[in-house]
Amino acid sequence: MIDAAVFQAKGIGKSYPGVRANDGVSFTVAPGEIHALLGENGAGKSTLVKMIYGLVRPDDGEMVLNGQPHHPADPRAARAAGVAMVFQHFSLFDALTVAENIALGMENPPPRRELSDRIAQVSQDFGLPLNPARRVVTLSAGERQRVEIIRCLLQNPRLLIMDEPTSVLTPQEAELLFATLRKLADQGTAILYISHKLEEIRTHCDRATILRGGRVVDSCDPREHSARTLAAMMVGGEMRPIDRSGRQAGDVLLQVRALSQPAPTAEGTALKSVALTLRAGEILGIGGVAGNGQDELLAALSGEIRSAPGTILLEGADLSRHGPEARRSAGLLAAPEDRLGHAAVPDFSLTDNTLLTAGARKGLVRKGMIDRAAARAFAEAVIRAFDVRTPGPGTAAKALSGGNLQKFVIGREVMQAPRVLVVNQPTWGVDAGAAAAVRQSLLDLARSGAGVIVISQDLDELLELSDRFCALNEGRLSAPRPTDGLTLDQIGLMLGGAHGMEVAHL
Amino acid sequence: MIRLVPRSDTPALLQVATPVMAVLATMIAGGILFAIMGYDPVAAIKTIFWDPLFGLAASYSRPQLLVKAAPLILIASGLAVGFRAGIWNIGAEGQYIIGAITGAAVALAAYPAPEMWIFPAMVIAGAAGGWAWGMIPALLRNWFGASEILVSLMLVYVAQRIAAWMAFGPMRNPEGFGMPGSRNLQQYPAASNPELIAGTGAHWGVVAAAAAVLATWFLMSRHIRGFHIRAAGTAPRAARFAGVRPETLVAFCLGLSGALAGMAGLFEVAGPAGQITDKVGVGYGFTAIIVAFLGRLHPVGILLAGLLLALTYIGGELAQLTMNLPAATVQVFQGMLLFFLLGFDLLTRYRIARRVTA
Repeated sequence: MIDAAVFQAKGIGKSYPGVRANDGVSFTVAPGEIHALLGENGAGKSTLVKMIYGLVRPDDGEMVLNGQPHHPADPRAARAAGVAMVFQHFSLFDALTVAENIALGMENPPPRRELSDRIAQVSQDFGLPLNPARRVVTLSAGERQRVEIIRCLLQNPRLLIMDEPTSVLTPQEAELLFATLRKLADQGTAILYISHKLEEIRTHCDRATILRGGRVVDSCDPREHSARTLAAMMVGGEMRPIDRSGRQAGDVLLQVRALSQPAPTAEGTALKSVALTLRAGEILGIGGVAGNGQDELLAALSGEIRSAPGTILLEGADLSRHGPEARRSAGLLAAPEDRLGHAAVPDFSLTDNTLLTAGARKGLVRKGMIDRAAARAFAEAVIRAFDVRTPGPGTAAKALSGGNLQKFVIGREVMQAPRVLVVNQPTWGVDAGAAAAVRQSLLDLARSGAGVIVISQDLDELLELSDRFCALNEGRLSAPRPTDGLTLDQIGLMLGGAHGMEVAHL
Repeated sequence: MIRLVPRSDTPALLQVATPVMAVLATMIAGGILFAIMGYDPVAAIKTIFWDPLFGLAASYSRPQLLVKAAPLILIASGLAVGFRAGIWNIGAEGQYIIGAITGAAVALAAYPAPEMWIFPAMVIAGAAGGWAWGMIPALLRNWFGASEILVSLMLVYVAQRIAAWMAFGPMRNPEGFGMPGSRNLQQYPAASNPELIAGTGAHWGVVAAAAAVLATWFLMSRHIRGFHIRAAGTAPRAARFAGVRPETLVAFCLGLSGALAGMAGLFEVAGPAGQITDKVGVGYGFTAIIVAFLGRLHPVGILLAGLLLALTYIGGELAQLTMNLPAATVQVFQGMLLFFLLGFDLLTRYRIARRVTA
């Protein structure tokens, strides 16, 4: 079996200015194997698969695919050689149908009818329910991913690369995906699976290659190790366990009552009589698959969207008609999901980015006048307290890595000592170390008597942080349930995990 | 093979260098054009860029520099604020015309009263007229999502028709023997905008332009509203998150640039132009767009760019007189300047790389 490896990397190296992204990376993927590439953000996983897929060329080393030397000049060549890849971010046209989108991605698309038949066949074979005639705009994230996967499968790949595929899926959708991958593997396709979610790798992968700092640090059978050991291999040291202690629920801080809001844009989601209560010292987790009203709920709480009177009350004061600045002054703060362009201005320095939200509470702006020295001092304080790795407060936000910018954005809000902080996807795309720091800061904030709402798609994160859990599904918020004793299956059902489970009507 | 690679950061030097490169390229291309037309290119360029300042007639043309630069700088200062926020007021010419009309209307209504308040009231009326004309595209954008680019531009032609109507109708000089055009405000001391220091060309508009440069610099770099404007221009969602209401910003920017353009129109009609005619708009409102971009939307840059563009006006006229260059020379020059500026601007966002073909 070993000599018939589908793919082999031998001493692959790649340098970018100032960074050795990959250094002497060697590993082998056998046919029928689901092979995990495990590592923190910045460990070199993406660079590695980009080289396999022909997006980037290695500086040294060689690759072998099906016994042939593999050095694709571009993705087209890689596809011709039998490599397919499903990206984390989908490249689909909303206005087109499933079949049209798939045809666009093919070198020589067959006639429409034949293509529809083949799509139907593949989706049947691999248990990927999908109607080729539907428009992509109407599909859930899980269904969009199926479009990408089917597009890949129609090329009969020898090696399928999946880049963090479950980050947008409900647990049930993820299970469905793994069933598909297993079927594929059983037919001999090799699968290279990139993730930093340890549990799913432990349950579903046959082999794991662990990258750290661009090098292969270990290779193992993930089923034989605990998630803890895998994490230790990944970060190169013990993870500090999260400290949840010392909090107790106090008085009611925030009340949201019958909050209904039409969708702000054509692609948006309407909020439908959302109600919640948040107490001091409490963390409320809100789960849900992206696009079910998370952005809209955050906007309604931050003040970007104003709602009907009496819908949002902070310590009894009605803030529904107030804008973001008035809400911040009252103590209701927020950190949106999109760090670059929403929570921070990419082109502005960190100093300037403090002015985005901290002007009033930290006295950085008085009577409209900017106190730049105070802003700089506050930026430096955030950088120090949250261990933001950056040359200094004058650095542009876009020059920071995702994890560091996220620490800055969360730190900027936490250090304003809010009464209530609402965060959306606080650790999305953030490396494990930064994620742990962000989570701990939210727990510490709650311990100091603030209320925290965590909106997230990462269920492990929600279970780790929150005292109570509700699910957001198509703009409706479920009743909260205590997190203790809640299983992933129950959560999945709360999220509307049945979504897409029935066989599609073809 | 040569290709363009996006830059992650713009070198500060290039920000300053590209306008200079654009000016040089304009001189070269203009020279080539003149040579083809049979003129001496060196003499023509010298006539346009050098003689107005240091030539034989410099004592006449130097004051003209401030006269021409003042409205350009005043208008461009306001436009640049909006451009920074991504709000494109292309109709400053219309706001300039309306400001001239409303400002002059105060004077004509008060004629021949000698009171001191008349000129300040005219300035306020001019600013208010320009502001109101700018609010039309602002409100249409806020209420119906209409493009402020198109609406403000089309309102220029409406303003021009109104100016013609005024010159031939309600504002016609009753003592003008039926000639079109209003009374000449230069001959009405309480309403005129005279040269403040003889021989400099400096009138109240120059003072206002200097004040506008200072005020917009202060607004954009020291005040939180300027911060919000800059944020809205580069990351609208972040600005919204900070608490900016896009509607308020649209109204503020179009109102401000309209008011400054209206003021510029008033200073012109009460000073150098003297009267409302059907040709009250002479294109300052459009040229100011070039000034704003050539000045990198920065108050100091606008100051320099305004002076340069004023020079092309004066130099172009001089070249017409002395070398018989066609009247369109100025427009060709200004057009080339914008063209080269936009072209060289590509270099601030991309760098040129040679691709080694595989």
